[in-house]
Amino acid sequence: MKIDFWKKCLVQWGLGMLMALAGSGAFANQAVKLDHAPIDPSDMASLQRGAQHFMNYCLTCHSAQFARYDLLTRLGLTEEQVKKNLILTDAKIADYMTVVLNPKDAKAWFGVPPPDLSVEARVRGADWLYTYLRSFYRDDQRDSGWNNLVFRQVAMPHVLYELQGEQVLKVEEGKPGEHHAATLVLAKPGKMSPKEYDQFTADLVNYLVFMAEPMQQTRIRIGYGVMIFLALAFVVTRALKHEYWKDVH
Amino acid sequence: MSEAQSDAGRRKFLVGATVAMAAAGVAAVGTPFVLSMLPSARARAAGGPVEVDFSKVEPGMMITQEWRGQPIWVVNRTPEMLAQLAKNTDLLSDPDSADSSQPDYCKNTNRATTEHPNLFVAVGICTHLGCSPVDKMKMGEGSGMGSDWPGGFFCPCHGSKYDMSGRVFKGMPAPLNLRIPPYTFLTSSRLLVGEEKKGA
Amino acid sequence: MNAMSRLLGWVDARFPLTTVWKEHLAEYYAPKNFNFWYYFGSLAMLVLVIQIVTGIFLTMNYKPDARFAFASVEYIMRDVDYGWLIRYMHSTGASMFFVVVYLHMMRGLMYGSYRKPRELIWILGMAIYLCLMAEAFFGYLLPWGQMSYWGAQVIVSLVDAISPPVALWIRGDYVIADATLNRFFAFHVIALPLVLVILVFLHIVALHEVGSNNPDGIEIKEKKNPVTGIPLDGIPFHPYYTVKDIMGVVVFLAVYFGIIFFSPEMGGYFLEDNNFIPADPLKTPPHIAPVWYFTPFYAILRAIPQKQLGVVAMGVAVAIFFLLPWLDRGLVKSIRYRGNLYKIALGLFVLAFLILGYMGTQDPNLWYVNPVSRVCALVYFGFFVLMPIYTRLDKTKPVPERVTG
Repeated sequence: MKIDFWKKCLVQWGLGMLMALAGSGAFANQAVKLDHAPIDPSDMASLQRGAQHFMNYCLTCHSAQFARYDLLTRLGLTEEQVKKNLILTDAKIADYMTVVLNPKDAKAWFGVPPPDLSVEARVRGADWLYTYLRSFYRDDQRDSGWNNLVFRQVAMPHVLYELQGEQVLKVEEGKPGEHHAATLVLAKPGKMSPKEYDQFTADLVNYLVFMAEPMQQTRIRIGYGVMIFLALAFVVTRALKHEYWKDVH
Repeated sequence: MSEAQSDAGRRKFLVGATVAMAAAGVAAVGTPFVLSMLPSARARAAGGPVEVDFSKVEPGMMITQEWRGQPIWVVNRTPEMLAQLAKNTDLLSDPDSADSSQPDYCKNTNRATTEHPNLFVAVGICTHLGCSPVDKMKMGEGSGMGSDWPGGFFCPCHGSKYDMSGRVFKGMPAPLNLRIPPYTFLTSSRLLVGEEKKGA
Repeated sequence: MNAMSRLLGWVDARFPLTTVWKEHLAEYYAPKNFNFWYYFGSLAMLVLVIQIVTGIFLTMNYKPDARFAFASVEYIMRDVDYGWLIRYMHSTGASMFFVVVYLHMMRGLMYGSYRKPRELIWILGMAIYLCLMAEAFFGYLLPWGQMSYWGAQVIVSLVDAISPPVALWIRGDYVIADATLNRFFAFHVIALPLVLVILVFLHIVALHEVGSNNPDGIEIKEKKNPVTGIPLDGIPFHPYYTVKDIMGVVVFLAVYFGIIFFSPEMGGYFLEDNNFIPADPLKTPPHIAPVWYFTPFYAILRAIPQKQLGVVAMGVAVAIFFLLPWLDRGLVKSIRYRGNLYKIALGLFVLAFLILGYMGTQDPNLWYVNPVSRVCALVYFGFFVLMPIYTRLDKTKPVPERVTG
C-alpha cells in the first residue's frame, strides 16, 4: 500500500477549512458581545409563558403572518386554552397572527414598519434577541427616548420598560486608542428583578425560536433515528463490500 | 470447498440484509413524500368546523354555507313539507337511507335530528357526478316540475331528482341520497357543521 | 424463474436490456485500484436524483410569484406535512452537490483524468459544472428572501457591466422583479435539469467508451488476458464497485442527513440568515455574499478593481478549466509519478481556491480581504497559465506496468 501524502494533506486542509468556516459562523462580526440565551426548546412551560408574553407585548405591533394560532396547540395546550388565554383579539384559531396596525401608520409612528416576527429568530439568532431585549437604555437624543446597545438607533421604543425598569449607558473612559467600554446600569428598577426579567426574556426568545421553526424538535428527534439506521446500514454494507472484495487481489 | 460454501452463504445473507435495509430506507424516505401530498395543516385548519346562524331562515327557505369548499345547505322545512316525506317512500330508491352517507342521528325519514326535525342540513352536491342541484321546493305545478312534484331538489346536469330530505327518486342517474355532514347545535339558532360534539 | 427468463428474452428481442446491463455494469471492467476519490462520481448522480425528486415535490407547493413566493416557502416549512424535510433535503442537496462535484474535479486534477483519451469526458464534465452553477443560481432566487434577491441583483449587474440591454432582457424588468422570478423558475425546474440529465448521460457514455482512469494513471486496457480479453487489472463494476459505492452512499447519507437534521443552515452557509427576510427591493442588506460554492469566483471578481475586467476574470476563472487537457504537458497522468513541481503547483492551487472561497464570504472592507484575494487570484491563474511550462520541466518518476495497491 502506498501512502498518498498529498491526498492526506488535501483532506486535512479541506476539513480544517470547513471546521474554521462552520465555527466562525458566516457573518458573525458583531460589535457587541452577545449573551448566551438560556433557552430550552423542550421546556413546554417556558414556551407557554413565552407565547403569553408574545401575545401580550409583541403581537400588538408585530405580526407573525406565517403562523396560525393553532400552532400554539403544539405547546401542550388545548384549543380551548389557546382561545381563552392566548387569542387577545377576535381572531379564530385557524387565523394567521396578523395585526390591525396599518403599515402606513406604523411607518409614520416608528419610521419603519415593525418587522414580521414569524422567522425573526432565524434572521437574528436566539443570543442576539436575548441580548437585544435586555439592552435598551434611556437616550434623550432619540425621539422615542430609547436607544439600544445591540441595535443602534433602533426604531422600537422599550416596550418592556415597565418590567425591566430604565437603564442608562455608562461609558468608562479607556486608555487612548482603546475602545470605550460601555455598560448598562439600571437607573430605575421596574416591576421585575433583573433575574425575573432575564427569565421573562428567555421565555419570550424561546417562543420566538419555536415559532421560527416549529418542527425543530421533531427534526432532531427523527435525526437520531436516521443516524442509528445509517450506522447499522454502514455495518452491513461494509461487511458486504469486504465479503466481495476478498476476491480481488 | 466448505469454506467456499460458507462464503456463498455469508454473501447471500449480506446481500439479503443490504437489500432489506435499502428497501426499509426507501420506504422510510418515501413515506414523508407521500404524506406531503395529503391536505396540509393550513387546509386542515381551514377545513375546520363552520358555524351557521339559522335564526333568519324562515320556514320554506334555505341558505347555503361553505364548508371544506363544498356548499352546505341549511333548509327550514314547513310542516307540509315534512308531512309529504312519508308519502314519498315508494317513489324513492333508498327511502331508509340504508346505503347513503349521513350521521346516525340523521338516519330517519326526516334525515334530521330529533331536536330540530324541520332543519335539513346537507352537502349540496349531487351523488351522481358532483354537480350542485337547484332547489325546487314548491310542490306541484308552481315548481315547473310537473303537477305531481312532491317538492325537493333537481340536478340540472343529468336530471337527478331528490325529495325534501335529499332522498333520490327511483330511476335517476344518481345512486344515493344527498350526503349529510356531521353537525351539532351550539344554541337554538346556531349550528356547527363538521363536528359531532363541540370541543371534544 | 423460467417465466422470468422468458420475460427477459422477450424484452431482449426488442430492447438491448441484457447487453446494456453487461456493457455498463456486469462486464464493464474498471481498474481494481480505485481509492477514496472515486466515490464522488456515483455520489454526484445520487445527489442529482435527490434534487430532482425533492424538486418535484417542492414544485407542488411553491408559487413562482413575487407576492407569494416567500410565503409559499414558509408554507412548505410549516404547513405541508414533512415539507420542512423535503425543503431541507433540497437546500442541503444543493450545497452537497457542489461538495461532491468539487471533490470529483479534484480527483481529475490529481490523477490526470482529463488527459488523452478522456478530454471529452472532462469537457462534458465541465459543461455539467457550468450547468450546475446556472441551476444553483436560478434556484437561489426562488425563496425570494433578501439574499436571493440581492444576490441575483448583483450577478445580473455583472451582465449589466458588459451589456445593459442583455441584462434588461435577462431580468425582463428594470430590476429583479416578478418577471425575473417567473422565468428563473422556468429555467430552474425544467430547462436546466433537462440539459443536466442529458449531459450526465453523455458524460457516462464517453467514460464507458474509453474506460475509467485510476490513481496510477495507467491504461488497464493495454494489459489484457490473451484468452478472455479482459484487462488484467480490471474487475467487473458489478458487483465489486456497486457494493463499494453502496457503502460510500451510506457514509455520504450520514453526512447529508446529519446536516439536514441537526444543522440545516450549516452556520449560515447553506441557508443564509438574511434569506429569512422577504425580498425588499428598497433595502439592501449590509453584507451580501453569494452561497459558499460561488465565493471563490466572487472573490476573484472583487479582487480586480475594474468592474468589467473583474467580470471577465471571473468568467475566465471558470472557463480556463476547459483547456486543462491541452495545458498539461506532463509525461505522466497521476500525481503519484509526477515531480515536486506539479505537486507544489496543485497544492498551492487548492490552497488558493479555499482561501478565495473564504475571502468571498468576508466583508470586502476588512483590510486583508482584497490583498489576500489578489495574491490567491494570481496563484489561481498561475496554476493554469504556467502549466505547460512546469509540467514539462517536472521530474517525473517511472510509471509501473500494472496498477499498484
